[in-house]
Amino acid sequence: MAKKVMVQTVINNDDTTFVCETRQTLLEVLRDELGMTGTKEGCGNGNCGACNVMLDGVLVNSCLVLAVEAEGRTVTTIEGVAEAEGLHPIQQAFLEHAALQCGICTPGFIISSKALLEQNPNPSEHDVRLWLAGNLCRCTGYDKIVRAVLDVASAGQAKAGA
Amino acid sequence: MAVTEKAMHATNGHTSPPASKPADGYTIIGSRPVRPDGVDKVTGRAIYGADVRLQGLLYGKVLRSPHAHARILSIDTSKAEALPGVKAVVTGADLPTAADKVEDLGESAINLKYLSANILAHDKALYHGHAIAAVAAVDSHTAEEAIGFIEVKYEVLPPVMTVDDAMADNAPILLDGLRTDEMGEMGSKPTNLAKHFRHQQGDLAAGFAAAEVVVERTFRTETVHQGYIEPHTGTAQYNTDGQVTIWASTQGTFAVRNQTSEILRIPVSQIKVIPTEIGGGFGGKINVYLEPVAVLLSKKAGGKPVKLVMSRTEVLQATGPTSGSNIRIKIGADANGKITAAHAELYYEAGAFPGSPVGAAANVVLAPYAIDNLQVDGYDIVVNRPRSAAYRAPGGTNAAYATESVLNEIAEKLGIDQAHIRLINGAKQGDRRPDGVQHTEPIGLLETVQAIAESDHYNTPLTGKYQGRGIACGYWNNWGGKSSATAVLNADGTVSLNEASTDIGGSRASIAMQFAEAVGIGYEQVKPRVGDTDSVAYNDVTGGSRTTFSTGMAAHNMGVEMLSQMKERLADVWEVDAVEYADGEFSGGDNHISFQEAAALIYKTGEPLMVSSTVFPRSFGPGFSTQLADVEVDPETGKVTILRYTIAQDVGRAIHPSYVEGQMQGGVVQGIGWALNEEYIYNEKGQLLNGSLLDYRMPTALDLPMIETILVEVPYPGHPYGVRGVGEVNIVPPAGAIANAVANAIGSRMFELPMSPARVLEAMKE
Repeated sequence: MAKKVMVQTVINNDDTTFVCETRQTLLEVLRDELGMTGTKEGCGNGNCGACNVMLDGVLVNSCLVLAVEAEGRTVTTIEGVAEAEGLHPIQQAFLEHAALQCGICTPGFIISSKALLEQNPNPSEHDVRLWLAGNLCRCTGYDKIVRAVLDVASAGQAKAGA
Repeated sequence: MAVTEKAMHATNGHTSPPASKPADGYTIIGSRPVRPDGVDKVTGRAIYGADVRLQGLLYGKVLRSPHAHARILSIDTSKAEALPGVKAVVTGADLPTAADKVEDLGESAINLKYLSANILAHDKALYHGHAIAAVAAVDSHTAEEAIGFIEVKYEVLPPVMTVDDAMADNAPILLDGLRTDEMGEMGSKPTNLAKHFRHQQGDLAAGFAAAEVVVERTFRTETVHQGYIEPHTGTAQYNTDGQVTIWASTQGTFAVRNQTSEILRIPVSQIKVIPTEIGGGFGGKINVYLEPVAVLLSKKAGGKPVKLVMSRTEVLQATGPTSGSNIRIKIGADANGKITAAHAELYYEAGAFPGSPVGAAANVVLAPYAIDNLQVDGYDIVVNRPRSAAYRAPGGTNAAYATESVLNEIAEKLGIDQAHIRLINGAKQGDRRPDGVQHTEPIGLLETVQAIAESDHYNTPLTGKYQGRGIACGYWNNWGGKSSATAVLNADGTVSLNEASTDIGGSRASIAMQFAEAVGIGYEQVKPRVGDTDSVAYNDVTGGSRTTFSTGMAAHNMGVEMLSQMKERLADVWEVDAVEYADGEFSGGDNHISFQEAAALIYKTGEPLMVSSTVFPRSFGPGFSTQLADVEVDPETGKVTILRYTIAQDVGRAIHPSYVEGQMQGGVVQGIGWALNEEYIYNEKGQLLNGSLLDYRMPTALDLPMIETILVEVPYPGHPYGVRGVGEVNIVPPAGAIANAVANAIGSRMFELPMSPARVLEAMKE
């Protein structure tokens, strides 16, 4: 048994302390130690984006981050996206646009889309496709995902202009 | 020259979701409600295979062969067993002797001996990544360490990687007991050719003699993978009373139960399979890989549950793929473009065990066209690659790629428009498939060609020197299969609908919608649930484009039956002869009550009301799709960009149009990957070199334009709502359509998939 380390973080606005081995990834700790299985593993080496989370507001592949690197930092996972009053607009748009089929890539896409709209509230179709190129979906052909994200952006623009 | 952002057909700013309104004559069907499992899937609450958490759970790892072809001389597990934290180690020696008989336990038949040998190698490793042994330990890191301590001695044998390798004189033999089934006659010599079969119609020689133009070409397609984003998992508990529970991410819980039962020789009554949500399958989650191994490990570990999860590399090395193939097509046509004769030879690589999809391919290869004189020869060949699994219209993409390429060459030689030659030859009701099966009901092939010919896309000219346009058609048989379901009327007027078709893309919704339509209640009043193998009767896999068709048919039947029983019960309560039901209201005598009030009254006045339906439709409507691709080729790099893509597909009746469009778009994009990027790359030792999602490159959002869809509805009369399966036929035409577009763009034709940049550059030099 490897020696364990205590790590203090803030996950989805909650102070969270966990104990892990230094070889464990953030993804593994979220899923296996903390029971937060909403974040998915599709490849384990940063190619598919299913494990996307935000670390101090930056989009990362949690399979490429060691859990000990989360010390003193804030993490946002799919479990923290919905708002108290209901689904986040991106989640709602994914449902209304049929932007998921099997749903395994969906948490990663939602986190990634949220990160995009936070830094570019009015993306073009090309911007969306470029940003989401790090997230693989095998079911949808991306059409409805791209439309969902553009819809949220244009609704956000309408609100901002109102 | 890079293709500019503007050249790709982009959205015109319209991004709000399409209006959700029912089709003419319906109250629910044709609308676009949110799926019942939707909220769980956008919030991360849905439980998939790897998300199963149990008390005392052990984690497993599989040791895999580094060799493509090797005899296993010995396996020493003692050092692994001695590692602290290791609870169980199993090898092929722990498997009971499998029966030497062929059974269909999922979507295709396989010899049980081979099924067993694929789970854990018996005496030979037959592909790079073949499972050799497995370990269960207290955590995944310990399990991973432990498999490193297992010592295997191999006698390495020369690998047999392709059709040509396998069919060569003196080729090394993979399976000692294999003999060729030569059109029904069993051969006597050891061989790698498992089967040769033939379909014939008319007079081939006379047909070719009558042709003005004959084109004969040979094509090669590479092995590709389904590419589902969720790796295979399997969790099992072998209880001390002999009861086995399996948590599976699968297309068919009963398929898992049957295969596990046969491999481990445990009666089905002792196995319960609980479905988790499934992260994509496309045919690749029908065969079991891990579940029986998890059962064996759990038994050895004293009944503790064991979870196995594959890495992405394991998924690519050892599961899935669909066959690489060599295909020769010869087609003759008269001066008007009418096909006079066609001959197709299909050589499909089955992987390590017999059972490539060449049988289905033989039905697809010439099926869109009415051809009086034809011959199709199919060959099923074993090679040192993973055992092939079903992949969306199995075998169809390879076959249609070859046919559609040759058909366009004929059209070019005769100066006929590529849509027109398909209208001239297109199959219609009464015509026969290559194997002789007649289309006795209406089919929609010609309607899909017409829809493409009339589309804005087809009537918008290309604008660049290196741009090209291609059309291709495709056929898929679809399937009926067995479905079972129950429906419980609740006192509040809702209905609990219990079924067993695992939901990969919204089938809970499409099934609930058909029930709601039959009963005349709101979609939200129906609560569908996918149950385990103990909760309903036998149910076939979610595959063959059958779920919305067959399980939907069961839902419809239950709706009709529930109304009938409700009327009887109300007639008793009201003491009237007959009760009518219209517009959501029951009436009899002076009584008029809503469905909801009726449910409450029935609950109060008598026994609870539950109905069930089991179906096995023997006939089902085939699917046809015609597709149009515009591409642009970069003459410096050879990279092909899809500029615009339109699909027309006969969907029978779209229950939920958004989900139907999604099937069409998803299938096409898999086909685009197959056509342009995806292939298994092996070294000379037969080791897979591109076992990651960086190197096995599937399309990303950036590689694609929007995918335009035209839903053609030629209702299938054998289904209460006219449904045809929609999941698979969409992947049949893309490689052909893109090959035709690339040929049009660069002025020379390619005969190999994928049309990767290096190959395109080579073709442009010719």
